[in-house]
Amino acid sequence: MPEAGVLVSGLAFYLFSGWLLAAGVMVVAARNPVHSVLFLILAFFNAAGLFLLLGAEFLAMILVVVYVGAVAVLFLFVVMMLNINFVTMREGFLQYLPVGGLVGLILLVELAFVAGGWAFAPEVTAAAGGASTLIAPSGIMTNTRALGDVLYTQYFYLFQAAGLVLLVAMIGAITLTHRSRTGVRRQDISRQVSRPREESVEIRKMPIGGGI
Amino acid sequence: MLTITLGHYLSVAAILFSLGIFGIFLNRKNVIIILMSVELMLLAVNLNLVAFSSFLQDLTGQVFAMFVLTVAAAEAAIGLAIMIVFFRNRGSIEVEDVNVMKG
Repeated sequence: MPEAGVLVSGLAFYLFSGWLLAAGVMVVAARNPVHSVLFLILAFFNAAGLFLLLGAEFLAMILVVVYVGAVAVLFLFVVMMLNINFVTMREGFLQYLPVGGLVGLILLVELAFVAGGWAFAPEVTAAAGGASTLIAPSGIMTNTRALGDVLYTQYFYLFQAAGLVLLVAMIGAITLTHRSRTGVRRQDISRQVSRPREESVEIRKMPIGGGI
Repeated sequence: MLTITLGHYLSVAAILFSLGIFGIFLNRKNVIIILMSVELMLLAVNLNLVAFSSFLQDLTGQVFAMFVLTVAAAEAAIGLAIMIVFFRNRGSIEVEDVNVMKG
């Protein structure tokens, strides 16, 4: 009989990974894209659980906050914004089932082969053990603090580059989806200020007693 | 059986990655589900990175997983923006309709 901690973490692993894979199947197979997005959220939650089991608390929280909170909700918004006929969307599902299943199965078998005949090279563990980015023994430093310690020193330029990637993505998304509609009345201050006198004021000779 | 090794995590990630590939092939009509399948595949890769990081006692894997998450978020934003523009122009998001640039 294994001790209680091993038992609990083992059961938690099977619970999280089982739900993760089930949710992954449903993302692919759900009829309604809204359901797909909801199952994707479930998959993210369970992956966060697996990260917690692995001791990566910070990444688990990032996954919940950024992925569930932002990316999945973005997907949900887009699915609901686009007016899509979901019935015609499913046509061709069975047509692609054999080839898709074949490719997926081949890849899975290949990955299984790799996982089956897999072992650490001796120098890998030696290199990992000698690296400066060791995980601190639990109790001394939290995972978040250890990550921050290396992220803002050793990986500082990469961190900045990641920020740049996000900035470019933001600008790109805005410029792609921004449209200037015609016929919308909007204040254009530079045009107002630079308007010459000849365009705005017209002087006419009026006959006395007559209208315009 | 209940002691979880690195192999367990690698198997889960491999199955999840295959599911993502399967989804891309299966949902040839719906670009949204293709994007979601790509997200699943990136999640599987992250799981691998974090599992190796945890079992090798080396933090580099987690740092790398964070950058993968960043790029995945950027990819989702850009992908959805492109899809919205495409939907505005063509009124559909089916992959088979993306043939404007066909020679």
